[in-house]
Amino acid sequence: MADRGSVILKVDDVSVRFGGVKALSNVSFDVRKGELFSLIGPNGAGKTSMLNCISGRYRPTSGNIAWQGDDLLKHSINDRASLGIGRTFQNLALFGHMSVLDNILVGRHHRMKNNFVTGMFYWVGGARREELKERRFVETIIDFLEIQHVRNEPAGILSYGLRKRVELARAIAIEPELILLDEPMAGMNLEEKEDMARFIIALREEFDMTIMMIEHDMGVVMDLSDRVAVLDFGRVIAAGSPEEVLADEHVKKAYLGEDDEMLDALAAEEAEAVA
Amino acid sequence: MAHVPNPRPTGDFRATYAADRTLFRTRNETMAVLAGVVLVALCPLVFGGYVLSQLIMIGIYGIAALGLNVLTGMTGQISLGHGAFFGFGAFASAWISGNGIPVLIAIPLAGLMTMAVGMIFGIPAARLKGLYLAIATLASQYILQDFFARADWFTGGTYGSLAETASFFGFQLNSDARYLYLVLFWVVVAFVAVANLARTRDGRALVAVRDHYLSAEIMGINLTRYRILSFGISSFFAGIGGALYGHYLGFVSAEGFTIILSIEFLAMIIIGGLGSVSGSLLGAAFILLLPQAMEVFANGVATVVPAIAQGTAYIKQMSVGAAIILFLVLEPEGLVHRWRMTRASWKLFPFSH
Ligand SMILES: Nc1ncnc2c1ncn2[C@@H]1O[C@H](COP(=O)(O)OP(=O)(O)OP(=O)(O)O)[C@@H](O)[C@H]1O
Ligand SMILES: [Mg+2]
Repeated sequence: MADRGSVILKVDDVSVRFGGVKALSNVSFDVRKGELFSLIGPNGAGKTSMLNCISGRYRPTSGNIAWQGDDLLKHSINDRASLGIGRTFQNLALFGHMSVLDNILVGRHHRMKNNFVTGMFYWVGGARREELKERRFVETIIDFLEIQHVRNEPAGILSYGLRKRVELARAIAIEPELILLDEPMAGMNLEEKEDMARFIIALREEFDMTIMMIEHDMGVVMDLSDRVAVLDFGRVIAAGSPEEVLADEHVKKAYLGEDDEMLDALAAEEAEAVA
Repeated sequence: MAHVPNPRPTGDFRATYAADRTLFRTRNETMAVLAGVVLVALCPLVFGGYVLSQLIMIGIYGIAALGLNVLTGMTGQISLGHGAFFGFGAFASAWISGNGIPVLIAIPLAGLMTMAVGMIFGIPAARLKGLYLAIATLASQYILQDFFARADWFTGGTYGSLAETASFFGFQLNSDARYLYLVLFWVVVAFVAVANLARTRDGRALVAVRDHYLSAEIMGINLTRYRILSFGISSFFAGIGGALYGHYLGFVSAEGFTIILSIEFLAMIIIGGLGSVSGSLLGAAFILLLPQAMEVFANGVATVVPAIAQGTAYIKQMSVGAAIILFLVLEPEGLVHRWRMTRASWKLFPFSH
């Protein structure tokens, strides 16, 4: 296991092209153990594409991604969980007909050993013991995310905010070293956002995870992040601490017209906090 | 998606995680299933050949339908070749027992052989989904049918093959009353096994592949492995059902294992409830008994309206079709769903609305 602060994920000169569209152009950055690293940028900037490259959904057209010094791209998608990488999706991707409990238990898949034969025999061969042990672990996640009241409901009937929470629960169940969160607060009201921010902070402190987050809510990003990288049209236009990024001219230009005033206000706030 | 109310009475709280993961959802359900098994076991004391033969056939088709429900209901892969796997199991068991192996051992061996064949024919599932996969399974139906007709050494070719009578330490299971117990044994084993599968790791993985394969993969589930495994498990139960069928009739011939049978299996699980373990048995009973009920109905109509006496066969066929269509329109989630809703309203009676 890597020391706190050392580089665990290294994205090196990654480009992704879809036909004529260059979703990512020569993107490089690294994520360090224990930090909260945010990837921001306007719509269509390539943030989700970047996450998809790390989680294996997309294959970079060129460039490399190293995970703890090892070439990540040679591994198949279903190796990611056991390598220690988990993620949530921008557009919810739960198992709609399964109960919340079973959804989260799927996150334990790669840590479990029982198979269809021992599973069918359940009482002999250890499946029962293992299922109950994992169930106990999953209950701690359910308690942590305060979703006890829906644990037996099918995930598909839950409200949007709850489904986001269940997705987070499922990703936590992987017990990844690095968790990738794609817009964890999108579509949430203020109260739900506050809860989610609390959970994300606790992920680092209680579950000892490194977090890479995509988020549009600049207030949240600036409050929670250790470091931020800004993508625009598939290129990294700025990277650094939140206050460095906010002060950057390119960033102001990229967000021009969108949240110009808000950015200034946030920059002032950050400057105050630093001083 | 319809929401089924929680079946537990208020006050029935689960104090331990073990109690919360039981095989059946309520104590009453457990008792009802046990009572059902005991009642069937007592049937030979009360009923004659007709009822017993119906129970045997429901059990046999129920086991095969259960297999298809693992593939189609749990994993979301449609197969148009299940009838051929059922047939393969029948031939395999007849062949194995014809080579001197006791029938009771030949049956599970035939299941394993069918499983292997099913996994080979399931390989296209690694690349194909939905309708494309369904068409690929149609190919397996025709390839196997062709094999049945040509492989004289295995199937007796166009003549068919004899399947030995099952015997248990010299005790011949040569009557309906005796054979029922063998079928009942396999029904219990198969349904308990699949119910257990559904609450353990690999069963969840199959459903995850069905519900959202992209996120299943991120959770560490190897899609190819589980898609093919699902064909294997499904074919295993098709093979067991087919083997029981062969030894019950004593004679196996290829005519019965056509695409019609495959479609009937699909009808059973759709009517019983996709993905529902107990629904597989209900669906099998429905598809087996409906034509007979409709025959009685058609004959009844003919006695009232003698003019149509010539056409009872048509009336029967049409009413079977009509009943299935009506059923699908009125209860698209299957018999099991209807039963749960009924039970939920009983429990809340008189405050059901
Ligand atoms: N599978 C794909 N096929 C074709 N084009 C794609 C694909 N995925 C992404 N793109 C394109 O790549 C660009 C970047 O998309 P991406 O989803 O990564 O943006 P994003 O930064 O996540 O945006 P948002 O904030 O809206 O989520 C867009 O122009 C998008 O249309
Ligand atoms: Mg995105």
